Amino acid sequence: MPLLDIANVSKSFGGLDALKDVNFAVHQGQIKALIGPNGAGKTTVFNLISGSYRPSAGRVVFGGVDLTRKAPHAICRLGVGRTFQHSLVFDGMTVLENVTVGRHCRSKAGVLSAALSLPLHRREEREAFKVAGESLRRVGLEGKADEFAGNLPMGERHLLEIARALATEPKMLLLDEPAAGLNEEETERLAETVRRIRSEGITVLLVEHHMGFVMEISDEVVVLDYGRKIAEGPPLMIMDNDEVVKAYLGEALE
Amino acid sequence: MSADALVYLRRHAGFFVFAVLIMTIPAYLHDSYYLSILAFMGTRFMMALGVSLLLGLAGQISLGQAAFVGIGAYGAAILTTRLGFNPWLAMGLAALLSAVIAGLVGVPTLKLRGYYLAMATLGVNEIIYILLVQLKSLTNGTDGISGIPSLSIGSLDLGGPKAYHLIAWGVALLMAAIALNLSRSRVGRSLRALRSSEPAAESLGVDTSFRKVQVFMVAAAFASIAGSFDAYYVHYISPDGYTITFSIILVTGVIIGGLGTVWGAFWGTAAVVVLPEILKRVNGDITNLIFGILLIAIMVLWQGRTRSLGRLVRTFLVNRRGRQGTTDGAGEPEA
Repeated sequence: MPLLDIANVSKSFGGLDALKDVNFAVHQGQIKALIGPNGAGKTTVFNLISGSYRPSAGRVVFGGVDLTRKAPHAICRLGVGRTFQHSLVFDGMTVLENVTVGRHCRSKAGVLSAALSLPLHRREEREAFKVAGESLRRVGLEGKADEFAGNLPMGERHLLEIARALATEPKMLLLDEPAAGLNEEETERLAETVRRIRSEGITVLLVEHHMGFVMEISDEVVVLDYGRKIAEGPPLMIMDNDEVVKAYLGEALE
Repeated sequence: MSADALVYLRRHAGFFVFAVLIMTIPAYLHDSYYLSILAFMGTRFMMALGVSLLLGLAGQISLGQAAFVGIGAYGAAILTTRLGFNPWLAMGLAALLSAVIAGLVGVPTLKLRGYYLAMATLGVNEIIYILLVQLKSLTNGTDGISGIPSLSIGSLDLGGPKAYHLIAWGVALLMAAIALNLSRSRVGRSLRALRSSEPAAESLGVDTSFRKVQVFMVAAAFASIAGSFDAYYVHYISPDGYTITFSIILVTGVIIGGLGTVWGAFWGTAAVVVLPEILKRVNGDITNLIFGILLIAIMVLWQGRTRSLGRLVRTFLVNRRGRQGTTDGAGEPEA
């Protein structure tokens, strides 16, 4: 059974089909990429998996659980972590505090416990900051722990979002254009980080425009065009697919 | 003393110093007029703390807090004068009622953002105000309710200015401690996170709707308790005290004081309580006009720096090395 199964999923916004009958699966331990021209529906797929949208038809099944009717915070608890295309770090908080928010789905202390600083809350706080520190080390941002997240350059914002998602103990990580705005060195560092995350047993699904990056790290690629899947397979096969080249790669690889 | 206790003391040093300063005031201040002003500051501080959690931490604006102050005051007044309840019990029940109403109102309205939320909470305030005026059999209409008893503990009467100062500020400090604990906790971080980006907060497991309703309920309970305290001190209430104007002044105060920290609630309270008192002495008739103009002036001059003086100084020191912006939009009400 695949870890994630996208089954006959469609999504329309007021008569406009953003996704039409899309099928694909992601298996445990894979790095899978979702590519396609702008407006192909890649981010829509992410929003459907993470619960921001509900599919108009079809089902999204993760680890045997139907996500279709679940809220984003519940999906996080089931083990889906994500980052955002336009970096959504919490500007007014420090880098470390940002990552502790990732522990929210793994802790319980409520308003009363926090207000009175009861033992449960204090224990969870210690644990949250410890895990947050570890998550920062996993992406190499430990040196920036006390900086304000709003002051980070773009490349490090992406890494911070990854660290934050890692703190939720995901089984699967959705990365939305993690390489956008990165220089070559940063992209290389990102590729290393993503591979390391996979080697830790976390499955990765990513949306990316940077073709070199996609071809280098992905096991499999799904190509979307106008909301339809036009190809799926290993990177080399995708690069040879005529339809894909016509729709997308021809221009992107120039 | 153990190392843990030392760390604890150092971490909370600011709060302890503040608490000692406030609680020792009756030892040397004997003028009952000034003590009354301080007492009002105490209850306004309670209300402001709620606004600070709601607006400063969670970024949700409520222009209806006066409604909850009113429920606290009327709840206390009606339950004690009509039904002979113990004042403390009446205060607790009124706070509970306020929290429940906040919850019922919050579920639909907190889905709204920015201006829409402000409008919706204004509407709630207006409805409660109209109910206070119109439900004459219960509230006595515009005549108000008099003969509200003082607070007491056993046979110890807390109606005198000094005793009242200690109990009101004692409760206010307790609320400040709660607000500080909350803001430094998992709950506080989830609120700051959702203020910054709701989708990001949700993706990390924060149930944003639930959290917003929760903090709205806490703010309502704080406002309600403050309203009950006022009623027990003045012994008389009428609907005039619970209009939208008062809600707006509360929010203005907290913005002036600074949204970044819980202490902003204190400075803001000081501004909205002390300024009119000073102005009254200078000129009786146009106090409100001058007060309004001053509030506007402070807001304009303070724009974008609504993070309290302490925070300003700290960011200045940190940023002297690299000249980076000190404003990140965190202080904007509708953010």
